[in-house]
Amino acid sequence: MKIMDFFRKKGSGEIAKDRLKLLLVSDRANCSPEIMEMIKNDIIAVISKYMDIDAQGLDIQITETESEGSNGTVPALFANIPIRDMKHKSAR
Amino acid sequence: MSEVIVITSGKGGVGKTTTTANVGTGLAMLNKKVVMIDTDIGLRNLDVVLGLENRIVYNLVDVIEGKCRLKQALIKHKKYPELCLLPSAQTRDKDAVTPEQMIELVEELKKEFDYILLDCPAGIEQGFKNAIAGADRALVVTTPEVSAIRDADRIVGLLEANEMKKIDLIINRLRIDMVKRGDMLKVEDVCDILSINLIGVVPDDEQIVVSTNQGEPLVGTDCLAGQAYHNICQRVTGEEVPFMDLDAKKGVMSMIKGLFKK
Repeated sequence: MKIMDFFRKKGSGEIAKDRLKLLLVSDRANCSPEIMEMIKNDIIAVISKYMDIDAQGLDIQITETESEGSNGTVPALFANIPIRDMKHKSAR
Repeated sequence: MSEVIVITSGKGGVGKTTTTANVGTGLAMLNKKVVMIDTDIGLRNLDVVLGLENRIVYNLVDVIEGKCRLKQALIKHKKYPELCLLPSAQTRDKDAVTPEQMIELVEELKKEFDYILLDCPAGIEQGFKNAIAGADRALVVTTPEVSAIRDADRIVGLLEANEMKKIDLIINRLRIDMVKRGDMLKVEDVCDILSINLIGVVPDDEQIVVSTNQGEPLVGTDCLAGQAYHNICQRVTGEEVPFMDLDAKKGVMSMIKGLFKK
C-alpha cells in the first residue's frame, strides 16, 4: 500500500475492485494452498543452499504485474524472502 | 439459423431466471420463435416467473424418458404464440438427464425455433454441465458484488474450457446511486475484471418484483429495467444498440405523468 492511499479514504466499491483483482488472479492460476506450500518449501530448499534465510518469515503469493509487452497485466509469483545472512555457513 | 443460448451465473439468486423470462419474452416480441427450457431439475421456477405454472402437464424429464412427445410438453404462451416453455421436473433430481440427451433435445428444437434459451441452475455440477452441453453461446449474469463476480469468473473459465463460441456479460441489479457514492463497483470495473463482452446492464428496479408477483415479464414496459431487457434482446439478435444513460434525471413532466399513472 502506498502512503498516499492511507490518507485517502477509499469507497467500498474501490475496495471490492482491488480485492477481486487479487482474488481472481489466484483463482485463475488454480493454485491450491497445498501446491503453494510445496512451492514455498522448494524455494526454501534451493535458496538455503546459497544463503541463510528466515524460513518462518517467507511469504509467497500469486499477484499480477504490468507486462513488459503491450498485453497489460500478467500473473506473477511474488516472493518475499528475508535473508538472515548473505554468507552461507559453508562459505565461511 | 437458430441459436442456442444458455443463461448462467454460477452464484444463485443473481437473476438467471428473471433474465431468461425477459430475454425470451423480448425476443418473442421481436417476432422470433422462442423456446425456453428450464434445466433446473428439482427446483423449477421459470414457469412461475412467466405465469405458466398452472398449465404444466409434462416436463423435461418426461420428454427425455420418452413418456410424451416433445410437442405435448411445450407450453405456448397465451399472449405470444411464438413463445414456448419446456418446464423442468419438480420431483426428480439433476442426474435424471445427461449432457448427450440435452444435445439431442436441443437439436430437435432447432428445427422449429429461432432461439432456444436454457435457464441454467446455480452451481457448476451436473445441472450446469447439462445446460451448457448443447449451447452455442452464453449469457453470463452477475451482480456488482464480489461473490457474484468471483463465481461469474469461474463460470467464464469453465465455459471457455468447454469451447463456448460466444460469451457475453449481463450486469444485473446495478444501483447507480450507490455507484455514484463510490459504494458499488462500476460497470467498467466489472467488465475490466471479467474481461468479456458486455451485452447489457439492468438497473435495480422495484418493478421486477412487481412483475414477478404478477407472472408477467416486464420487458418492453417503460421502466428502466424493461428498456434494458429490450435493448439486450436487440443486441442478442445482432443489432447495435447504444447503452442507455442510467443516470438520466427524471424531468418534471415525467414525474407528474408518473403520479397520474397509478
